[in-house]
Amino acid sequence: MTSILAAAPALPLHAAGKYVAGAYIVFLALVLVYVAIMATRLSRTERELGELMQDLQAREQAAESDREVEHVG
Amino acid sequence: MSTYGRGLRGLSIATVTTITVAFALVFFYAPLDADQGFIQKIFYIHVPLAIVSLCGYILGGVFAVMHLRTEDRRWDMRSYVAIHMALIFSIGGLITGSIWAKASWGHWWVWQEPTLVSYLIVVLLFATYQPLRFSIEDPERQARYASVFAIVAGAFVPLNFIAVRLAQGYVHPRVLTLTGGNLPGPMRLTFTVSLLGIALLYATLWKYEMTAKNARMQTRRLRRMLLGEDGVKPLGRSAAPL
Repeated sequence: MTSILAAAPALPLHAAGKYVAGAYIVFLALVLVYVAIMATRLSRTERELGELMQDLQAREQAAESDREVEHVG
Repeated sequence: MSTYGRGLRGLSIATVTTITVAFALVFFYAPLDADQGFIQKIFYIHVPLAIVSLCGYILGGVFAVMHLRTEDRRWDMRSYVAIHMALIFSIGGLITGSIWAKASWGHWWVWQEPTLVSYLIVVLLFATYQPLRFSIEDPERQARYASVFAIVAGAFVPLNFIAVRLAQGYVHPRVLTLTGGNLPGPMRLTFTVSLLGIALLYATLWKYEMTAKNARMQTRRLRRMLLGEDGVKPLGRSAAPL
């Protein structure tokens, strides 16, 4: 790591450093915020799919119990 | 059935790799600018963000043309997502540009500079795209009007770019020209990789957003098939294509 830093032409942490760091942090922050929003949307879709799955299972169980009643009758 | 998720994994890997290489080149390979010094490193993130966002607006216009030609609503969705992503990239371009301006010129914004102001006009123009969509309730009309807007505004982007290039009084540097510009080799390579990385990021996020929207629409369709119309909550007014 030390050799990599030494090989870099310059990483000046004076006045310029904070502006450069700021610009790159803004870029990373934008990407991260976007990914976080997408993760929220993805979890909502997943929840909706889970609800649909439960509905489907409940229907299948109801249909099965109806068949059993008919069979006994 | 569209499958926007196909190839998304490979594209994501390519994006992460290219951006990592680009950042490594920026900080460990590209020489310091003789005039601006370390501050010039912002160039490698600010300019690609601005270029890719402008290309995104044009792409939105091209997709809108396809929508009007085919009347296929999927093109409207593609146009909407292209413009939506371009706006996000524009915000990045504006903020990084402001930071660079402050460090280089001592001001966050210079109103006399045609490049900055014209870019802001383009961003503000496209910022009205979503409110325009939201103001129209009928989905068919919304899609049609939004497409017309996207085409006209998309055509404005290159015209605006050419007009600014022809302007005389600017302080914004010109390093990229049709004759090759005046970037030295290592800087040019670093810039090219950065531009490729940001372009790949745009493509990945566009695909990601399309996949998410497609999955949501299919979930809704599935709910309608299983539970009928009563089982589906009515959608409120939305700027996004339905």
